Amino acid sequence: MMKKFVLLIILILVLPLSLNAEVKEYKLDNGLKVLVIEDHKAPLATFQIWYRVGSRDEPAGKNGISHLLEHMMFKGTPKYGSKEFSKMVKKKGGVDNAFTTKDYTMYYQTLASDRIDISIELEADRMQNLILDPKEVIAERDVVMEERRMRYDDDPQNSLYEEVLAAAFKSHPYHWPVIGWMSDISSIEREGLLSHYKAYYSPDNAVIVVSGDVQADEIIKKITAAFGDISPASGRAVVTSKETEQKGERRISLRREAELPYIIALYHTPSFPHPDSYALEVLGMVLSGGKSSRLYKSMVYEKKLAIGASADYSGFNKDPYLFLFDATAAPGKDIKDVENALYVEIEKIKKELPSEREVQKAKNQIEASFIMGQDSIYYQAQIAGMFEMLGSWKLKEDYMENIKKVKPEDVTRVAKKYLHEDNRTVGILIPTKNPK
Amino acid sequence: MKNSKFKKVIISSIIFNFALLLYNFPLYALEANKKILPNGLTVLHSEKHNLPIVMITMIVKAGVLDEPKEKAGLAYLTAELLDEGTKSRKSSEISEEIEFIGAGLGASAGSDYTTITLSVLKKDIEKGFELFSDILLNPVFPKEELDRKRELIKGSLKQREEDPSFLAERSFKKEAFGEHPYGRLVEGSTETLSEITREDLLGFHLKYFIPNNAMLSVVGDLTPAELNSLIKQYLYSWEIAELPERKIHPMNEEKTKKAVKIDKDVTQATIIIGHLGISRDNPDYYAVSVMNYILGSGGFSSRLMQKIRDELGLAYDVRSFFTASKEKGLFQAEVQTKNESANTTTEEILKQIEKIRREEVSDEELSGAKDYLTGSFPRRLDTSRKMADFLATVEFYNLGLDYAEKYVSFINAVTKEDVQRVAGKYLDAENFVLIVVANQKKAGIRY
Repeated sequence: MMKKFVLLIILILVLPLSLNAEVKEYKLDNGLKVLVIEDHKAPLATFQIWYRVGSRDEPAGKNGISHLLEHMMFKGTPKYGSKEFSKMVKKKGGVDNAFTTKDYTMYYQTLASDRIDISIELEADRMQNLILDPKEVIAERDVVMEERRMRYDDDPQNSLYEEVLAAAFKSHPYHWPVIGWMSDISSIEREGLLSHYKAYYSPDNAVIVVSGDVQADEIIKKITAAFGDISPASGRAVVTSKETEQKGERRISLRREAELPYIIALYHTPSFPHPDSYALEVLGMVLSGGKSSRLYKSMVYEKKLAIGASADYSGFNKDPYLFLFDATAAPGKDIKDVENALYVEIEKIKKELPSEREVQKAKNQIEASFIMGQDSIYYQAQIAGMFEMLGSWKLKEDYMENIKKVKPEDVTRVAKKYLHEDNRTVGILIPTKNPK
Repeated sequence: MKNSKFKKVIISSIIFNFALLLYNFPLYALEANKKILPNGLTVLHSEKHNLPIVMITMIVKAGVLDEPKEKAGLAYLTAELLDEGTKSRKSSEISEEIEFIGAGLGASAGSDYTTITLSVLKKDIEKGFELFSDILLNPVFPKEELDRKRELIKGSLKQREEDPSFLAERSFKKEAFGEHPYGRLVEGSTETLSEITREDLLGFHLKYFIPNNAMLSVVGDLTPAELNSLIKQYLYSWEIAELPERKIHPMNEEKTKKAVKIDKDVTQATIIIGHLGISRDNPDYYAVSVMNYILGSGGFSSRLMQKIRDELGLAYDVRSFFTASKEKGLFQAEVQTKNESANTTTEEILKQIEKIRREEVSDEELSGAKDYLTGSFPRRLDTSRKMADFLATVEFYNLGLDYAEKYVSFINAVTKEDVQRVAGKYLDAENFVLIVVANQKKAGIRY
């Protein structure tokens, strides 16, 4: 057994060096950063533009403005009308979309690589010339309110998530949901959007990532021609808020129409590339990496208390974020027992070291999914972009190496350090039946 | 977990998921070899050496179509239990071994067939393939695993009732298909799940999981010689058997109009409007694809999205699709809007259905739809995983390995007249099933 084990480790060490796609980095005079990853396996390319703005950066009372602005980015410039960009991409067989997070907003198109010029021209256009027509703003607000109803208001588990997150963060703007509270969404108007746009949608606050069947030197020429003359902006507020250390468990409950009780437990943790982040990532896998992992085995399989139980270290945030647990009670089971069973597992890993094999399994899972992910040019670009948002795409290069260094002692150490009661926020969904 | 649940605007539609794949990029030829083994197993193989990974998809012709009504969920349970115990391994040993190599192994049943997939690093292919063949050939369906899984599925069915879309979808299938197997949930129901015994699972597996009733698709870093040696070692013992007969199930095609209102304490009404559609082998499939792109599957380019989201601000997402299966599938348009706008939104959808039936589409709409459908092929096959799934489904639906070329010419041949003809033939704005899950007091549905 031991021999096999050693052999496996050597194999793994050899593998990823050749797998990390080469990233070429450029910086324009106006501050725009460009990353290019060449991958010629198929005649396709992904163009992504990342703006460093999200719900973290929003003024009080205007929660959801970054996300609404993302929607408005599809509503046209003087040169290209509403949804024109999306239609052009589709007409070329491509796909486009965007999403907003707490820390950043990302727009992308994936299409035949010989059509990538569309992305370059139209992204440069909407970085500078967005119309933000007041009537369109009001119409799009309605659309976002429908989106909010769909994603949160009518989904009991997502509603609980929103509540418990707001309870976990008091002083840091991670308190605010990305989509925004309903009353805030309804009060956002053109002026607010325009100043948000002017401050944050500038080359010095953006990163472009292109991956796929492109030639880096050609692409950078085209990007320089399209974006080079756009001026940098000022007026961005620097987020200085820090979450104060939590000193005692916080608990919230949500009563509403639902079928099964549900629990979320959150613990404050640092984000990548904090030295503890890699051990936290491995800890997440040991607890929740499939059917052989601890939470499933104990809570779902053996005790039959839950129909699902998971743990997730969420480390891809600009500021310290969270280690999250959730579990849905099995029919007829008491959510208190579910909660206790969760803590039993947490206490266990704090007291006893996980086995070498368990830790190795977690690392193998992380590495395999990292390698398989490289098959998608979209994912390659996204990984580079996510690490760039944390500071530098180069962190990607160190990521696997740091994961490999994690030892059973590290896993137990970080579990002890972060997964303790005083650092915990718990939310419980208590189902009520429809009174009608 | 919740934070990674962040969904994007999903513009794709079910109809694109399998067969609407096509290609027109000569430099992106889909090179795949097909052969049939002595035991009747069809093998499709495509070599890709860009990464040290291997993706495997197997389709077994066994699904909802093959289970008795009173044991609905049998195909699903069989698939779910494949990796929960074999002749030589316990459930926990299977997950431990597969997860230790960071691989993915799983099975799931659908209406027409069961899929078993393996995603594995090249260096671990031997181990992965051995486990794959073990769960395929030697499952023993332990009684305690059956009981456990059954309760988990029942629990999950209950939890999903929290989701208005699930309730609407379940009700719509039932109303539109009536007694046909497609009208049931793949998972079955709490009642039918209770009826399923270990013997049922063993019998279902014995009857349908035979090589001459299956196809294996392998894409990735594996040479033909390597694949052959794996097959020889692990799948040659799989014995050919008598092919089970696949019954055609009668479908009630009588036209009726029906509205089902489900009351729930929600802020939005979830609305589905639709009726029976077409089967996958209908020659009008391609004209229907173009027509439906224009109506409601073309994202921001579709009429439903332009009208209901962009002009009226009534919804975040609205779409229509045809599910084309082995037997006749469904047409449906689906939307979520605040309770108070339920009537207006329903009306708008019906207007758009009527419009595309009555009036010719524009040249621009026609070419937009064709350009997208023919131009999106490389993107739909840009990973080995997608390609393995594609090859298997192309084989299942008998589309031929030259399907990619044929598809482009079929789509390009569609005319405006075809679009109007199929809209007239396969859409109905008079006789339809309408499902509304809403706070009914606020929604005040007129239909």
